[in-house]
Amino acid sequence: MSTEASATPPRSEERIQDAVIRLAGNSQDGIQSIGGFLARLAGRSAQEVMTYMTIPATISGGPSIFQVRMGTGEVLSAGDEADFLVAFYQHSYDNHIAHLREGGVLLYDSDHVEPVESDTHYLKVGVPIASLTVEALGGSTREKGKNIFTLGLLSRIFQLDVVKLRGIFEERFGSKSEDILRNANLAFDAGYSYPIDNVLDRYYSFLAPEESGEPQVTMDGNTAIVLGLLTGGVRYGAGYPITPWSTIMEMLRSQLPKYGGIFVQAEDELAAVSMAIGFSYGGRLAVTGSSGPGISLKLEALGWASMAEIPLVVINIQRGGPSTGLPTNVEQSDLLQAIYGSHGDCPRVVLAAQNVEDCFYTALEACKIAREYSVPVFVLSDMSMASRIEAFDEPDLDALQIEPKLDTEDRSEDFKPYPLDKITRHAPPGTWIEGGKFPQVTGLEHDETGHPSANPQMHVAMMAKRRDKVKALADSLPPSEIYGAQEGDVLVVGWGSTWGPIRETVVREHSAGKSIGHLHIRYVNPLPNDVDAIFERYTHIVVVEMNDEGLYGYGQLATLLRAKTCNPGIKSLAKTDGLTFKIREILKGIQDLTQ
Amino acid sequence: MSASPAPAKIERGTITKKGIAADHPTWCPGCGDFAVLAAFFKTLEKLQFPQENIVTLAGIGCSSRFPYFVNTHGGHFIHGRALPFATGVSLGRDDLHVFVFGGDGDGFSIGGNHLDHAGRKNIRLTYVIMDNFVYGLTKKQTSPTSPQGFRSKTDPTGAIDRPTNPMRKLLSSGATFVGRTHATQIKHMMSMYERAIAHDGFSVVECLSECVEFYKGAFDAGIPRKGGTFDIIDEEEHDVTDMAAALALAEEDWPGKFGVYYQNEVPTKNALEQDIIGKAREKTGGASDLDLIKATFASMK
Repeated sequence: MSTEASATPPRSEERIQDAVIRLAGNSQDGIQSIGGFLARLAGRSAQEVMTYMTIPATISGGPSIFQVRMGTGEVLSAGDEADFLVAFYQHSYDNHIAHLREGGVLLYDSDHVEPVESDTHYLKVGVPIASLTVEALGGSTREKGKNIFTLGLLSRIFQLDVVKLRGIFEERFGSKSEDILRNANLAFDAGYSYPIDNVLDRYYSFLAPEESGEPQVTMDGNTAIVLGLLTGGVRYGAGYPITPWSTIMEMLRSQLPKYGGIFVQAEDELAAVSMAIGFSYGGRLAVTGSSGPGISLKLEALGWASMAEIPLVVINIQRGGPSTGLPTNVEQSDLLQAIYGSHGDCPRVVLAAQNVEDCFYTALEACKIAREYSVPVFVLSDMSMASRIEAFDEPDLDALQIEPKLDTEDRSEDFKPYPLDKITRHAPPGTWIEGGKFPQVTGLEHDETGHPSANPQMHVAMMAKRRDKVKALADSLPPSEIYGAQEGDVLVVGWGSTWGPIRETVVREHSAGKSIGHLHIRYVNPLPNDVDAIFERYTHIVVVEMNDEGLYGYGQLATLLRAKTCNPGIKSLAKTDGLTFKIREILKGIQDLTQ
Repeated sequence: MSASPAPAKIERGTITKKGIAADHPTWCPGCGDFAVLAAFFKTLEKLQFPQENIVTLAGIGCSSRFPYFVNTHGGHFIHGRALPFATGVSLGRDDLHVFVFGGDGDGFSIGGNHLDHAGRKNIRLTYVIMDNFVYGLTKKQTSPTSPQGFRSKTDPTGAIDRPTNPMRKLLSSGATFVGRTHATQIKHMMSMYERAIAHDGFSVVECLSECVEFYKGAFDAGIPRKGGTFDIIDEEEHDVTDMAAALALAEEDWPGKFGVYYQNEVPTKNALEQDIIGKAREKTGGASDLDLIKATFASMK
C-alpha cells in the first residue's frame, strides 16, 4: 500500500494509492463474490483493479483465496504481498499470514481463528464474523452471508461508495428474489455498522482517480474472450467441459441463441473440434476450446483444419501440466503445442492475450485472421486470466462489431477451393458453381480442385501455399512496441499473462534510471518480423515465462526466439510453481541472468 | 490416384447420372461399394434436390473415399469423426441435405462413441455404413464386425473377440431410423435410402458390402443366387416403432433380416435448437447483434 501525504488529512484517515486485499477462506464461502463486488465497484469508480483467484480442484470446500488489488493509477499485477489479509479460518491464517506485508492488517474471524499472540509484524483485528452474520440474518442461514458481512466491514474500513455498492447488489440479487436481496443488505449493514473503530485506529481512502472519460467495464478473462468472439461474429461452436475453459462454453451456450447461433456440448473433445470444423465448413466461423489435456485430444482434427484450410478459432485456457497436472494452477506450457502440436507440418496462427482487456481484443482479432487467411487460429490464455477480474475502457463496439455473413453467392466456373496463387476462400455447401463442378474439402494432399494428389511437386507447392499465408500475416503485423528503453542493457520479453508483473517490474526499474525495456509478444506464431532487429539493440534479452526450462535450459518462447534470431544474448527466466510471477522474482531473475 | 476427366458441364436444376458422378472410384474391381454408389446416384436422380444443397461427407476407410466420387459439395474428414463433423454441418446449415458414408471401422470402432451421441441428439442427416467385416484400406486386419474365427493379419489364428452386433448398436444409440440392406440388392438399397432420406432425424442404414479382396463371400448367405436368403422384414407383422421388436430382430441368426428395423418420430436437435433460438430472440425482442453485445457490455459496468 503506497501512501501519500495529503494536505490536511483527517486524524484517523490514511490516503492511499492502492491496496492489496487477500481474502482467504473455503471455496463455498463466496469470497469470490466479495472480490467481484469490489472489482465492479472499482470499475465504476474509474479505479483500476486486478484480482487473483485460486480455487481448489475439489468439488465443494477446500481452501480458496481471492486477492483484489484496487488502486488509483494503473494496476498491473495482483501484488506480491497483501496489505490486508482477511482470514476466515485457522488454515486461512496459517497458510497466508506469510503473504501479509510487514505492518499490514490482519482482519480475522475471531470465531474461527486464533492468531499467534506474540507476532507483532502486523496489526491484528479480530471480528466475530461468523456469529455476527448468523445474528444478523437469523438462525436458518448458518454462516452463509458472512462474505457480504465482510464486504460491509471492508466498505467501512476503505470508505467505499456504499450507494454504488447497493446498486450493484440490486443488479446482482434483485432479479433472484427479494429475500436474497434483503439478506444481502442485512448482512452488509451488520458488517458496515460494526464498531470497527474499537479495534482499528484508522480508515483508509483512495486518492481520487483521474477520470479516463471512457466508461469502464469489469469482467474476468474468460468473459472477455466470449465477448470478443461475439463481437467478432462467431455464432457457432462446440466444446467439452474442462477447468478452466468451461465458463467460456457455459456463457456461449446461453449467449449464442440470442444471436441465432448454437453452441453444442459434445460427447468428447474429438467431437467438439470436429463439430466446430463442421460449422466452419458449412460457412459459419466457429469456435472450440479447452484446456491442456483437452487440446491434446483435438490436435488430429486441427491438423485436418490446417490441411483443408478451414477457418476456426481455438481457445486454450492453459493450466499446469502435463496430464491432469495442476488443474487449478497457472502455467504457460502449451505454447509449443499450440504452434506445432498435431502431425506433419501444419502451419496455423497462435495469438496470446496479455491481460483481461486483451482477451477481448485477441479473441476478436482471431476471428478476423481466421476468416482472412482461412486458417485455424489459437488464442492462448491461462488459469490466472480466466477468472481474474479487471476493469478496462469499454470497447468501441460500433466500430468493432462484425456481422457474420453466410456467403453462398454463385461462384464462377474457374472457382477452385485450393488455388496455388491466392489464399483459399471456400465456397460452402449451398453454393452453386457455374458449370457444376463442386469442390472437395479434404485432409488428403490435394490439387487445386480438392481432389487427392500424391504428386511430389503438388505436395511441395501446397505445403508452401499453407506456409506462405501465415508468413503473409507476419508481413502485415504492426511494428512491435517496446516500453521503456528502446535500446541498451536489458530487454525483458514475455508473452501472455506475464504482461502485468513484467510491466510493473520494468516501470519500476526504468523510472529508477535503469536501461531496461519491455517487449510483449502477442503474435507468437508467426512471430513479428522485427524481433531480430530489436534484439540486436540490447545486451541482454531476458525471456520471462511460466514453463519449464527444458532439457537445454530455455523456456518455450526463449527456445523459439533463439531458433528464429540466433541471438546469443537470449536468457531464459522460467518457472513452474503454478503461481503467477512476483515482481521480486522477476527482479532477481534479471539480476542473476545479466550479471 | 488418377482423376477422371472433368465431368460435362451441368445446368442448375436437374440432377443427371452424368452430372452427379465425379472421379472414377478407386475401389477394387468387384467391390460392393460400387453398387452402393450407383444406388445413391439413382436415388438422388429420383429425388432431384438442388445439387448444390447436397453435401457428402466421410471419415477414413475404403468406403470413406465416397465424397470424391460424387459431384456435390464434399468433405473427406478424419478417421472416426465424420459424424461429429456432419453434426456441425447439419446444425449450422439446416437447409442442406447431409449424407455421411463410411465403413464398419469408422462407425463401430474408432467412431463408436459418436454413433451413440449423434443418435441421442437425433441430428438431421443420413448415414450409410458400408459394412464389409474387415479393414480393407489397411489390407486385412480384424474389424469390429469380423466374426469370431475370421483369419486376418491381426488374428492369424482367427478372431477371438465377439463382434459388434450392428443393428443392436444402432438401435441402442437412439437413432430414430435404423435400416439394413445388402449391396447386391439395388432396388432394396434404393428403397432404404429413400426412406432414410425422407425420415426427419438421424437415419442410419447398414449396408452389407463385400470386400472381394480381403473377405470374399462374407455375405453370400444373404444372396439368393449364391444359395442364400434375402429375407425382407414384413412390416405388416413388424411394428417399426416397437423398440423391443426391433431388438428381437437384431438378435436373429445370420444373415438376419433386411429392411427397416426401427423408425420413430422424435424432435431433432436441429428443431430443438431452433426452438431455443426462437425463444431467446423473442425474449430480446429480436434485437440486433450490435444491440445485444452492447447490452451485455452495459451489464458489465
